[in-house]
Amino acid sequence: MNCRDFGNKAVVGEDTRYIVVVGNPNVGKTALFNGLSGIYGDVSNFPGTTVDVCYGRIGKNIIIDTPGVYGISSFTGAEELVRDLVLTADVVIDVVDAGHLERDLFLTLHLIDLGLPVLIALNMSDETARYGLDVNREALEGILGVPVIPTVAVERTGVGALAKALPGARSGCRDPVLQGRLSEMAGELGTSEAMALLLLEGDASISAMLDLPPGNDRIYLYNKRRERVNQIVDLVSSDLQSPGNFPDLLGSIMIRPLTGFPVLFLVMTLMYLVVGVFFAQVVVDFTEGTVMEGYYEPFVRNNLAAFMDLDSPLGVILTGQFGLLTMAVTYVLGLLVPLVIGFFLVLSLLEDSGYLPRVAILMDRLLGLIGLNGLAVIPLVLGFGCVTAATITTRLLPTDRERRIAIFLLALAVPCSAQLAFVTAIMSRLGFTYFVLYVFIILVVMVTAGVVMAAALPGFSAPLLLDLPHLRVPRADNVLIKTWLRSWQFIKEAFPLFVGGSLFLSILRVTGTLELIQNSMDPITVGWLNLPRESASAFIMGLIRRDFGTAGILGLPMSTEDQFVAMVSLTLFVPCIASVMIIFKERGWKEGMVIWFSVLALAFMIGGLAARMLGFFTAVGGEAAPLLMMVVPAMLVCVVLAVASIVKRVC
Amino acid sequence: MTLDKARRGQKIRIIYLPDDLIRSQVIRFGICEGTVVTCREVLPSGPVVISRNRQEIAIGRNLACLIGVEPLFL
Repeated sequence: MNCRDFGNKAVVGEDTRYIVVVGNPNVGKTALFNGLSGIYGDVSNFPGTTVDVCYGRIGKNIIIDTPGVYGISSFTGAEELVRDLVLTADVVIDVVDAGHLERDLFLTLHLIDLGLPVLIALNMSDETARYGLDVNREALEGILGVPVIPTVAVERTGVGALAKALPGARSGCRDPVLQGRLSEMAGELGTSEAMALLLLEGDASISAMLDLPPGNDRIYLYNKRRERVNQIVDLVSSDLQSPGNFPDLLGSIMIRPLTGFPVLFLVMTLMYLVVGVFFAQVVVDFTEGTVMEGYYEPFVRNNLAAFMDLDSPLGVILTGQFGLLTMAVTYVLGLLVPLVIGFFLVLSLLEDSGYLPRVAILMDRLLGLIGLNGLAVIPLVLGFGCVTAATITTRLLPTDRERRIAIFLLALAVPCSAQLAFVTAIMSRLGFTYFVLYVFIILVVMVTAGVVMAAALPGFSAPLLLDLPHLRVPRADNVLIKTWLRSWQFIKEAFPLFVGGSLFLSILRVTGTLELIQNSMDPITVGWLNLPRESASAFIMGLIRRDFGTAGILGLPMSTEDQFVAMVSLTLFVPCIASVMIIFKERGWKEGMVIWFSVLALAFMIGGLAARMLGFFTAVGGEAAPLLMMVVPAMLVCVVLAVASIVKRVC
Repeated sequence: MTLDKARRGQKIRIIYLPDDLIRSQVIRFGICEGTVVTCREVLPSGPVVISRNRQEIAIGRNLACLIGVEPLFL
């Protein structure tokens, strides 16, 4: 996928034309872009899937997919990006969802008012037919004055016709009064009519660029546009039946707290059964236990033993504790591949169904406690797939304050699929109560960190204002392609780091440096975390990728309590190198450094605290330690809160 | 009254929006002062979901408290 690096690789010829695909969020822009360019970009069922610009080619022209916006201005970073792209575009393909004309035509009229060369893809979702909605395409074409091509993007219908119609893109019919005013202004100011309109609408960055005061006509112009949209909708569409069927009822069940939380619990249990039980136990037992450890590793060792001494430095590098050919390959192919596929499969299903925005509504109130609004559920949930990708997704959050909180929480307390893979592997040895304690600790850390940040950071969170997509049955082809491409992307990124990391550790070991590092880390590992000193290698691995570090625990002989403490510390540990790069890119190096070091310090601090508490409760309660460790502090907190409220009342 | 006081299923007219930024944002969803919408869900001290034709919009509680509405009796 050609994303994130737009402008570096695109070779531009003199006669290259820029085609920009724009539209409201979640109308099928990316599906259409995929059809036109033959490239696969992510398609999901919630607003804001595309937060980056992707580009591809049609013949010698460049086609650009953009994040969904509701209008052209500078309310959000995405809008500014789209505004700059359409202002320089040779053709603007405006994707309009036939089922949402009232919302979508507002953007269409904005593009037409700007005088841009527009072509409309009237995307008929299968829902349009189901709702019995009819849109008169010819009438719409006549009123707007630009070509309107019917498409069903997900089925690739109409894509060919759209490609053929590209040269027909033209500026449409504008309100004559507005047009007169704009051309006069453009002449006086020596700029384009589009810039003149944005200036009238008070667009701050355009007024700065032209060095002129912003206009005050936004509300007036928006109101006029809204009136025209409503008139057009009345003229071209006819509703044959009223909405209010099964998906609506299901949607209500999902967002009412009384039924919504049980549904959420059920969905999470199902996810756990699929990933934590089926993939982590049934599939991994086979891939890791039977295939890799049963056949592959003995095969490698036996064959290599014929050529070299396996205890020699090279032998240790290839087949030792961190063997390149043994450990690295087994972990990646035996453990990571099946589990990562499992996670992305479940996440893709969730994304495409349109369930996540419902969870956003359900959780809005709770997320308010940690300074976020419900929308933050989306990046936080996606973090369980890949923290790096989720960090980019935080761009859909409305304010900088929320992005800061969400990025920090992702870096600190959200384990990605690869790490969960190893956590699940370790958990299957530790037992269920430890699993519950693990979830409990991570949640408490996340909530506490969020509450503290919400209180400490200046400003307020933006209120939720969310356009709800319809619930859909996910399309099997999209779910499978997406799962496959994401897993492949992920493994492609992880594999070299695993191999490089194990090579690095083996070299440290062979040269005796590992011993030195282990000694120097003694105060932290042995002194504070109460772990054996060999665990230092897990933390060194964790600096590269925290999942790799967690994998390191698997290879060490440790007691149940020690494994648990190491796992908690490594879950809260610094995120992988790729995530760190993205954090630096998104937040700048200063804030990036602050985030990195705070996460590192917190991981060790909380790990040590957990070690002490677990030690204490084991001494007191033996087997019941994990249970006591949840119940006793929770009760203490309740008592403190109760006392505090009584004291407050008495005073 | 304000939007957070609306009841599920009630038809209401939006009569007041707090500021120009919110006004500009919701006008794009098809909502402005004077628009008639249906209240679909009110979560206890949580967001309010309103709908206009097929468009459903969730509005956070603290914003809903600032939106003036009047119920319609048909």
